[in-house]
Order: sequence, then structure tokens, then C-alpha cells
Amino acid sequence: MSSSLSQDRSETVFADYKGEYTPDQAMVEANRCLFCTDAPCVKACPTHIEIPQFIRKIATGNVKGSARTIFDANILGMSCARVCPVEVLCVGDCVYNEMGVPPIQIGKLQRYATDHAFDAQWRFFEAGPDSGKSVALIGAGPASLAAAHELRRNGHRCTIFEKRPAVGGLNTTGVAPYKMKADRSVEEVQWVLGIGGIEVKTGVDVGASISFEELEKQYDAVFVGVGLGPDTILSVPGTDLPGVEGAVDWIEKMKLGRVPTEGAKSCVIVGGGNTALDCVREALGLGIAQVTMVYRGVEEKMSGYAHEWKAAQTQGARVEWQALPVAYEGNGKVERVVCQRLDTNKKPIAGSDFTVPADLVLVAIGQSKLGHLLSKLEGIEVSGGKVVTNDDGATGRRGWYAGGDCRNGGKEVVNAAAEGKAAARAIHAFLTGGV
Amino acid sequence: MPDLSIDCAGIKSPNPFWLASAPPANSGLQVQRAFDAGWGGAVWKTLGVPIQNVSSRFGGVTIRGVQGAGFNNIELITDRSLETNFREIYETKKKYPKNAVVVSLMVETREEWKDIIKRSVDAGADGLELNFGCPHGMCERGMGSAVGQEPRVNQEITSWAVEFSTVPVLVKLTPNVADIVPHGLAARRGGAHGVSLINTIKSIIGVDIDRFVPEPRVAGLSTNGGYCGAAVKPIALHMVAQLARSKDFGIPISGIGGVSNWRDAVEFILLGSTSVQVCTEVMLRGYRVVEDMIEGLGDYMTTHGFKSVAEMVGKAVPSYSEWGDLDLNYETVAKIDPSKCIGCHLCVTACHDGAHQCIHPQGSEPAVKLKLPVPNGGSHARVPLVDESECVGCNLCKIVCPVPDCISMVSVENGFQPSTWNEHVTEGAKLRPKKGAH
Repeated sequence: MSSSLSQDRSETVFADYKGEYTPDQAMVEANRCLFCTDAPCVKACPTHIEIPQFIRKIATGNVKGSARTIFDANILGMSCARVCPVEVLCVGDCVYNEMGVPPIQIGKLQRYATDHAFDAQWRFFEAGPDSGKSVALIGAGPASLAAAHELRRNGHRCTIFEKRPAVGGLNTTGVAPYKMKADRSVEEVQWVLGIGGIEVKTGVDVGASISFEELEKQYDAVFVGVGLGPDTILSVPGTDLPGVEGAVDWIEKMKLGRVPTEGAKSCVIVGGGNTALDCVREALGLGIAQVTMVYRGVEEKMSGYAHEWKAAQTQGARVEWQALPVAYEGNGKVERVVCQRLDTNKKPIAGSDFTVPADLVLVAIGQSKLGHLLSKLEGIEVSGGKVVTNDDGATGRRGWYAGGDCRNGGKEVVNAAAEGKAAARAIHAFLTGGV
Repeated sequence: MPDLSIDCAGIKSPNPFWLASAPPANSGLQVQRAFDAGWGGAVWKTLGVPIQNVSSRFGGVTIRGVQGAGFNNIELITDRSLETNFREIYETKKKYPKNAVVVSLMVETREEWKDIIKRSVDAGADGLELNFGCPHGMCERGMGSAVGQEPRVNQEITSWAVEFSTVPVLVKLTPNVADIVPHGLAARRGGAHGVSLINTIKSIIGVDIDRFVPEPRVAGLSTNGGYCGAAVKPIALHMVAQLARSKDFGIPISGIGGVSNWRDAVEFILLGSTSVQVCTEVMLRGYRVVEDMIEGLGDYMTTHGFKSVAEMVGKAVPSYSEWGDLDLNYETVAKIDPSKCIGCHLCVTACHDGAHQCIHPQGSEPAVKLKLPVPNGGSHARVPLVDESECVGCNLCKIVCPVPDCISMVSVENGFQPSTWNEHVTEGAKLRPKKGAH
């Protein structure tokens, strides 16, 4: 497998938005934790990390135990500490909010403990005795990694198939670099693989290089963690102009190599979701002076997190609410975006056209779903592009499971980790005759 | 502003706050800075034959990030020459005539006591404090707590001091005894004008778990030290109150032990102290802590209508009783204010694991089974429910609750006449049914 990243990556100019704690800072913050029972923060975490316990262990100097608690619940606890939208998950539900007191900085404490574990090369989990069973996992993103690790703890051999050269999925190619850079994600993959018995085959496009049926024959169970497909394109005149890019595609290029931003003075981001907000902050961070988000709805309705939008505004983001690009214009490359105002029903208002300058246009209006890849397999149901499963991640086809973005339509890394682990438990039960 | 001045066994000071005999009262410049900061008096670091100290000398207890909640030391008495000490006492007293300078003393023979007392009085001491309390080092040489633990020796040396002194004599008592009262009475029989207590408690503050040596570590060894600081206040309050309520005792008390703020001082005074002495909090935070002590005490006195500290002394002693005289029919239950509750459930766990299993989360099996009413005005569904029929009113929930005044213990009318255990045993008084005893 390939894990060597280029040293020359645009993302390396970014500093951490939320800095790491010094031991002293971690101690002060950890000691503030009330050690709630049946804690709201734990309930808010899709992987249900025992947060009060791991924080208490930091406070007592038992950092190793703290990291063990985190990783036992979520093997991707290191990256989740950085990339989770804690403001709307654990931190958002800290009881201190009820008191008007700053909530515990759970993400930063989790980063403290997990970074410690990585630095010290602590490993907590051993592979179980060989079960003689093997599982194929499609996609090397968070869902498959979490699933594979859990399967290995139960002794099942795993093979991960990844069509790209890079492992780690969106953790490597999609996370905003002021949260985590690609090399850290790759380190995490290596750390997870350290349990042994997980083979990773990159450059293998399952469905093309090897058929699903063949895979099914060779393995005792299959986990599908293929994530989402390419960016959705807004079909307006000028969409082929150089400088008009799909957001996810552009972010990947920025994280794995270089994106040409020299000389770019203005940028338009189309969309109002979290990928759009990431792009806004990334474009500003790369030095583009005028970055304008164009969103068809109102601020209250945007799907991007309020805390992310607030941070983008602090960085100097501009915005056009209730507006839609109707054409990209320019001479040989994009130079401006013609937009039209929308009314509250998102219907265009005649004669409301206006122009926003743009050397770069990033279209962040969603990604295609990949469920259709599996739709030919009898028993697998696909709805709205998403693979349909029960709560444990089992599809309607015996031995086939799914988790992560291809199942949930595109959520957080922590959701993928939770779904991958849950599916692995179901697979274990299936393989050992429990189901 | 009420009058904060006091007269403790004939030792007068502008307020009841004295530095205890300890490192903060080690030298003239320190004591003078303390007086500038507002301290009413100082008990000079114990004088005797100057000693040689070890390194290091102090240890602290950290509880949930709070450092120095408890503290101990293996430091001995003064390591400075008597000449230097007496010169500085003289200078300090001359410069601060209104502040109380009490000189703490610890020597062995009658002749030594006679000599050092004369020199102390000559230097201008307003009073003497006989150190019969030091529980480490000096006791191995037959002084300190070795004296304080033997009422006969205590009484005899006290009588020498009273004989030689022309200023009031306080005897500083050690808490390292089973019952403080005989030791207070011994000092009184020896003629002491008052006592001060508590000195430090014999302790090992901790262990260096990597070197396998107790702390504080002196090369490869350590020794037991004297425990003090906020954590010892309850022990000190008990001993002060034991003497204050003893009918045969009746001499003034200078209260010591974990006094860290004005509230602590008020508590000591209400249980019978005329002055209070402070060391650890000053060691941890400096002389300026006295500003809040003075203001807080003054405001407290105004609020309660006390015109002098003397009016306050011992005010809570009559209500310090025996268990057998407590009303067994008095009943309280916990009430949770739903508008204040933040839903941490610390009370739920405390009640379930450490008390009587009567606080339940909404929707939990017992809450549903008992049909516990959900309070109005609750900000969220995590306000716990109290099963008042089982609540024994123990107070644990209130102690763990992080929100001030969220949980209160409210008395309930149960129709039973007050009845104590003693009344029950002697007169067969009727007791209410037990709660939480299934």
C-alpha cells in the first residue's frame, strides 16, 4: 500500500485552529470536569466514549488509561478529537452550558490523551486468536478502518480494498487542514493497522478490477464503506472554464499536492454546507483576499454549522444569501460569477442579477451517492443513493454490511467510526454463528 | 464598621487575626509586613536553642487540582540566633505598639525557661506561647508534643512559665491526644492565662511512588511531619469546642487549624476562640489574605448585630451537643430546585452509591414505578426526582451538587413530638418510623 505523501502540499501552510494543550492546561481543564453520571456528553458522542472517565484519568496523571478508554470506544479517537464538531456534539451537551459556565473542552482533552498515545507508541489492543474467517472491506476510510480493527480484535482476517493510492478516506483527503493534515491521518491509519492482520490493497476498484460476486466468493463477509462519489456539478454556462472546481476535488488536491492560488484575488464558494464553509476558511487561509460564499437560502437555514460560519466570518468571509450562480464568465479562465437573487421560496427574482469577481469557483453543493454501485446485487436495497441497512449495518444480502457516508449519506468521521464498529460486531456475530 | 479589637487572655490586638508561630512569623521584616497588611498580631516563630533544618521540609495534598488543601512540614523551631530574634522583636514592637507580638518558646530546663522568658519580656513581648505541640523532631528531644502529651509535665512547665513571666502565658496544645480536655485543664492548673490550639497533626503527607520514599523527601529518607491547612479545620474546631464547653476550663482560647478565610475565623470564634491564628493560607497565598478576613468578619458582625468580637465568642457552643440529645424525630428531605439544576446527576450517583438510593433520573424504573412527580419549571429532562418517602435527609446530594443552593434540605412535618435517644431510653419517648432501612 502507498502511504508516502508529497512534502509539497498546499495544506502545510495552515496552523492548527484549536491548538494543543500543554500538560498544565490539560490538567486545569480536566479538573474542571464534574464527572457527571449518565453524562450528556457521552450520549452526544456517536461512539459513546466514556468522556468523564477519560478526563478523570487525565486529571490523575493516568494518561495511558485515558487513551485506552478513548480508543476502546473509538479507535479513530485521535482524528475525531481534531475533526469532530464537538460544539454540536459532546461539548455542546456539557452540563456547564446549563450553568452559563464555559463547557469542558472535551475535544482538546481527547487530543491531549490520544496524541500522547501516538507519541509514546502505546498500543492497547491485540488481535484475537485467528477465527479462520476473513472479511473484505471496500474503501479505506474511517468506517472500514474502525470495522477492520474491531474485526481483528475478534480474530477475523481483513482485507481492505481502496481504489485510490491514499488511505484514510476523507480523513486524509477531505479534512480541513487547520483541523488535521493528511500526514497525520496516514499516521493514524498505520497506527490502526498496527494491530496486524489487516491487508490493504490500494489501487483496486472493486466492481471493476474485481467483481462484487468474486469478492463474495473469496470472503466470509463484506463490509461496504465506499463513502461518497464525486462533487455534484451545477450545470450553468461556463462550468467548464478553468478555475471552476468541485469543492471536494479541490480540497483533495490541496491536501495531497498543490492548488494554484498564487495571484488569485477572489474566490466564490457555492453552497451553504460544511464543505462550503471549509472551502471558505481554506481559501482565506491560502491567502485569497476576497472570498464570497453564495448560498441560495438564508443564514438560519444553512446546513453548515453556526460555529464554523462564525469562524469563517472572523477570518473575513463575505456572503451572498439567497443567491444562485447563473453563469461563470471569463476569458480563457473564470473571472467572475453572475448570480441571481432568490426569493424566500428559492425562486429567481427577475432582473436581480449581480456579479461577483472570482479567480476561483468552488462548487460545494453536495457529492453524488455511491449506493448504485451495489444496486445490481440481489437483496441490497438502495434508497436515495444510500445503502439501506438495519441498525447494525446489515444489508438485505446475507454477509453484506455497510457503514459510513455510503450508508448515512454523508455525516461526520465519528459517525463512520461508530457505524463501522457496530457493523463489525454484527459481522462477528454472523461469522461465529450468533446470527 | 464594628469593633474588631480583642483581648485574648490579656493580650490585646486591633483584630483577632494573628499569624501563627510558623515560617510567616520567622523574622522582624516579615512580621512588620504582615502588620502593614492588616494582621492584628503575630506569634513569633518558636524560639529556643536554634536548630539546623533539613531540605526539603514541606509537603502538600492536592485534591482534584486544588493544591495545598492539606499541608505538612518537618521544619523545626527557629534556626536564627536568639540575639537576632530578640532584637527584631524589640524593633517590631517599638514600630507597631498596637499590634500583638506573642513570643512562642520551647526549651527544656527550668533555668532555660527562666532565661528565655526574661529575654522575651525584656524584648517587649505582649504574651508568651509555650510550644507544647510540635509533633516532629523536637518531640524526639523531649520537647514539643512530648510535653503536651503528658498533662503532668505540661502543668509543671506551665507553672514555671507563669512564675517567670510578667505577661500573659498561652499554652499551645497538641492534637495528637485522644481527648484534648485533660490537656487543656493541665495548662489551666499550671496557671496558663489561655491556650492556643491546635498544633499540627502527626502525618505522612504522601509517598514518592517512584522512589518508594515518603514525602517530603530528605535524600533517601523522610519522617512524619505536622499536618495542617484547610483540611484539618474540622479536627481543630472539634478540639476548640471540646474545651470551650468544658465547665472546668473557662480560660480564653486562640483558635488554630485551617483558618483560610473570614468564614473559617467566624466558625472558630463561634465555637469559643477569641483570636484565630493563621499559617498555611499565608504560606500559600501571602499576608494579603487578611484584607478579606477583616472585611468579611466586619460585614458578618454588622449583619448579625454584633458590636464586638467578644459578643460572638462561643455563640455556637451551647448548640454543640451530644448525639443522644439530638431530636430523632426531626426529619428533612432533599429538595432539588429545577430552575437551578444543570442535570449532572452527581446527586443520583452519590445517593445510589453512597447513601440510600432515593434520587432517581426521570424515566428510570424506580421513578416510573413510584410515579415520582416531574417538577414544573425544570429546564430539561435531567432534573432528578427525589423519593421523599425514602429520603433520609443525609445531605450527601447537597454536598456533591456543583450548583450553589440548588439542593436544600427541607424539614418536613411528620406529626411526631421531638424525642431524643436519651429520652427514648429513659422515658420511652416515641420515635418516628425509620426511613431507608429496608
